[in-house]
Amino acid sequence: MHGAFEGRLVHYVAPDRKRPGARGRFADWVGERPVAQLLLFVGLAGIGALLWTALATNLARLGLTPGFAFLGHAANFEIGEAPIAYAAGDSYGRAILAGLANTVLVSAAGCLLATILGVLLGVARLSDNPLLSGTVAGFIEIVRNTPLLLQLFFWNATLHALPGPRQAFAPLPGVKLSNRGLAFPWFSDDGSSPAVAGATLALLALVGLGLALRRRRRGPAPQGGAATAVGLALLGPAFVAALAGAPLALELPQLAGFNIRGGLTLTPEFAALLIGLTVNASAGIAETVRGGILSVPRGQWEAARAVGLPPMKVLRLVVLPQALRVIVPVLASSWLSLTKNSSLAVAIGFPDLVSILNTTANVTGQSLETITLMMGLYLTLSLLVSVTGNAWNERRLRREGR
Amino acid sequence: MTFQTARHILAAGAFALGLGAASLPAAHAGPTLDAIKARGLIKVGVGTSPGFFAPDSSGKWQGFFVDFGRALAVTVFDDPNKVEFTNSSPQQRLPALQSGEFDILLSGVTQTINRAFKLGFHFGPVVFYDGQGLLVKKSLGVTKAADLDGATIGIQSGTTGELNIADFFRKTKKKFTPVVIEETKEFHKALESGRVDALTQDASDLAIARTQLAKPDDFVLLPERLSKEPLVPAVRAGDDRWLEIVNWTVYATIQAEEFGITQANVDEFLKSEDPGIKRFLGVDKSLGEAIGLDPAFAYKIVKAVGNYGEIFDRNIGPKTKVGFERGYNQLWTKGGLIYSPPFR
Ligand SMILES: N[C@@H](CCC(=O)N[C@@H](CS)C(=O)NCC(=O)O)C(=O)O
Repeated sequence: MHGAFEGRLVHYVAPDRKRPGARGRFADWVGERPVAQLLLFVGLAGIGALLWTALATNLARLGLTPGFAFLGHAANFEIGEAPIAYAAGDSYGRAILAGLANTVLVSAAGCLLATILGVLLGVARLSDNPLLSGTVAGFIEIVRNTPLLLQLFFWNATLHALPGPRQAFAPLPGVKLSNRGLAFPWFSDDGSSPAVAGATLALLALVGLGLALRRRRRGPAPQGGAATAVGLALLGPAFVAALAGAPLALELPQLAGFNIRGGLTLTPEFAALLIGLTVNASAGIAETVRGGILSVPRGQWEAARAVGLPPMKVLRLVVLPQALRVIVPVLASSWLSLTKNSSLAVAIGFPDLVSILNTTANVTGQSLETITLMMGLYLTLSLLVSVTGNAWNERRLRREGR
Repeated sequence: MTFQTARHILAAGAFALGLGAASLPAAHAGPTLDAIKARGLIKVGVGTSPGFFAPDSSGKWQGFFVDFGRALAVTVFDDPNKVEFTNSSPQQRLPALQSGEFDILLSGVTQTINRAFKLGFHFGPVVFYDGQGLLVKKSLGVTKAADLDGATIGIQSGTTGELNIADFFRKTKKKFTPVVIEETKEFHKALESGRVDALTQDASDLAIARTQLAKPDDFVLLPERLSKEPLVPAVRAGDDRWLEIVNWTVYATIQAEEFGITQANVDEFLKSEDPGIKRFLGVDKSLGEAIGLDPAFAYKIVKAVGNYGEIFDRNIGPKTKVGFERGYNQLWTKGGLIYSPPFR
């Protein structure tokens, strides 16, 4: 994945190395030593075919039919949480989709939060205040020098140590925090609330993007931008819920029997995974950001200060935009590792893609198919992350007018 | 690539290669047994429930299932120590057996039709009749499974329990929230920390788990059983002879108990005039020679690990910390289900 990403960058910087015409493009694509490449390809294909034949014979011996027909069969296990509706008895395909949705959700939220936290930490680390920069440096060292798996166990154990649902904390009215998770008011549940949540997130992302783009063109945000955003955040779900035809009543989480029911609950496993991935990636991102800022020549700082800009503005208007040139490509690789690291979810019992695929393989015996799905889906996710990083980078370069 | 994903992909790769390699023509009559003999060691996959299987303070594996592994080593090598036990999670162990990492699982595997036909395994005789149970926090005041409507239940991934519990709640039209955990320690911790209201697993396993908790008396194993869990040795399909060795090794311990032959008195039985016992202990060599095993294999098994009842009592019986009654696992002659076909 790294290769592909960097390859795009190289191609962007040095487009003149391309050969002209259809043949030229083909030659470019094949690369050096076409004959050797062809032989290698045929050889590998041959080995692949041999293995496949052997494999098919053996699967037949075990009474297994290779193929993806099992995706339509009923999966008789339950999944703890998912942004899409699923119940035992639905198809394996749907179960896998639920796992994928969980992976995407935790990765996307993790990338966003890790970037924000990473930038803050990176800037704080460069602070003139030795206490602040020292604390941050210590934190980054700890995070970078302990295994992520250990960190996940730590967060999970911490969240499990919260009081039970009957003794739940109520940090805000209507919000309940217990070892069953963080429950907050949400639109009453008729099965569409996860869809509403998803659509709301998408809508908010779009609005945020729109605002950001507008701001880029027209300079600083208009006064009251924050108020608009908050208003949108509140109205957004209502709007989406109305579109989805869901009732608009807000539901408060309440203790019912064993558990807290109603509202929307972030489970401890989801939270532990999200916090763990975020904190872990933010340490790396902080270092990237620090490196990026340090790469901006001192002269730029001094010049900006000389024209009387206050320190925060120096950073925001002069230094960060230049530092981004270094930061963005590396940032995308942090996102990639975060996405792939989300598969450690299995260890703490969060039903991510890997967890569901493992269970599926265990019950159906279709190991090869599930591994193929796993590789295909992670590859797709990684490519999506890469493409996003690339697009951002190219847009930035274009805007810089180079 | 994370370690976990890499491990899964490697496992699948090994599985694929294993399937590929195993299919090369001239597949032997007994590829598993051949490999065991060439290696001089039987590789056994086990769990970690003290009483069933656990290393003692000197690192030597002990337990009910472990003793059957030693009995197998006696049958094959005439040496109860030519066997290697490795812990593997319920999720990992079946694929590991299929890919050749183990020769046999003695880990409390339940025999099911799906595992036989779709996963390609064969099973030895039932060594322990079990059923799925629920371990709940006493303070919840729950007395039967149906009381758990709306509860959060911990499940160990890859077990039959994962499927049974979903069936149970569908059947009774009640709701539950699963938390599916692979690792045994984390699984138990989820109950202790109160993250889940109950754990579901084989009842025997839960009874043992309960004794391991910091405050066992805060938890109760419900008397109800949600399923049948006949626990059997599992081998991969394709080596009939290995399967028969497993079968008759287990039967030897059962038949010995039925004859009243114990580790202590087995030598006296060598003088027995009963033709059945003479055949069983290999005093009459005709049987062993005919089947191509050491005629005295049953004698050696009893000498090394004892009969079925002794194995049971020593590891999990009423006098042990685990304290199980024989129940269904009593001999058929005493009202139980444990039964050996005839040695003739
Ligand atoms: N019998 C069930 C469950 C198997 C199982 O989990 N067995 C217990 C031992 S009886 C176990 O492995 N527990 C976890 C461990 O020992 O590490 C199955 O075959 O799916």
